[in-house]
Amino acid sequence: MAKVFIYPATSLILSDLVARFGHKPLGAALGIRERIQTAGVDSPPLQITPEEPKRGLKYAAVEVPSGVRGRMAIYGPLIEEAEAAVIVTDADLAFGCMGCARTDELILFSLRQSGIPILELKYPTNEEEGVQFVAAIKKFLAGLPNGGEA
Amino acid sequence: MMAEYSPEYVGTVTRYVFVESPSMTPGELALRAYEASEGVLIKETCFGLQVTGEPEAVDRLIEEIRAFDPNHIFVKDRGFPPGDPRRCRANLGGARPGYLGHEREFRILRYITHGLEELDRRGEEAEVPEAAPAHEKKPKLDIRRLQELIETEES
Repeated sequence: MAKVFIYPATSLILSDLVARFGHKPLGAALGIRERIQTAGVDSPPLQITPEEPKRGLKYAAVEVPSGVRGRMAIYGPLIEEAEAAVIVTDADLAFGCMGCARTDELILFSLRQSGIPILELKYPTNEEEGVQFVAAIKKFLAGLPNGGEA
Repeated sequence: MMAEYSPEYVGTVTRYVFVESPSMTPGELALRAYEASEGVLIKETCFGLQVTGEPEAVDRLIEEIRAFDPNHIFVKDRGFPPGDPRRCRANLGGARPGYLGHEREFRILRYITHGLEELDRRGEEAEVPEAAPAHEKKPKLDIRRLQELIETEES
């Protein structure tokens, strides 16, 4: 079972397919859950405390806005942990404020720099593309060093 | 003054279960899931369920739930427990944060279902079509066109 980072990190489809084919999807929920379940200082809504931008310094320079560094404190460790990644390049649902947008760019950059196997594809817009989408993910996951059930 | 934070549901996992099936409604799925729940907290939603519990118990339940209609049931992790006041729309009003993203992907699920069914039908040895490369290079701006633009701007 390989750990596969998914982008968009909140994607239902990618999360499901990666788990369905026998691997562990690494998405935003895991990072958020860790923070939500850790006691400390109350910092709603996502329990991103002032510590997070400091941790984010590992992934972005000090002059990068704290919003990006705070977000990278969630995604950075997941990217480090990842052994592969599946990226949907035309995910119009992965939009947000400037902090989210810049973090998304940094996530994609970090993934491409990390040297792990990456599959890039687009969301299907018809049934035949649906077959290609699922087939491409299945084939990619089956070819990973840690195997899987696919 | 910063308040202390004491988390609930520590050590549990929460997963969303989405059902997009012509033969099963979220209500039916919930009824059948309750029968197999064995201590896992189940919350019925308009799109399926949220299940919360010890990781092993949730994994076992998810495995059983998926078996009801494997190609029409989709699962993903959730960071927050169900009914969390920071996320629950009962407290916030409007759609829950994240719902619109799910709604966007929900419309594509029928293509994914078709893909899964088609791959099952073709079997392991069947040739699977390669997806088109997602990285399409945009044509670069021609240098003469750039010069024209600069000159137009200056005049």
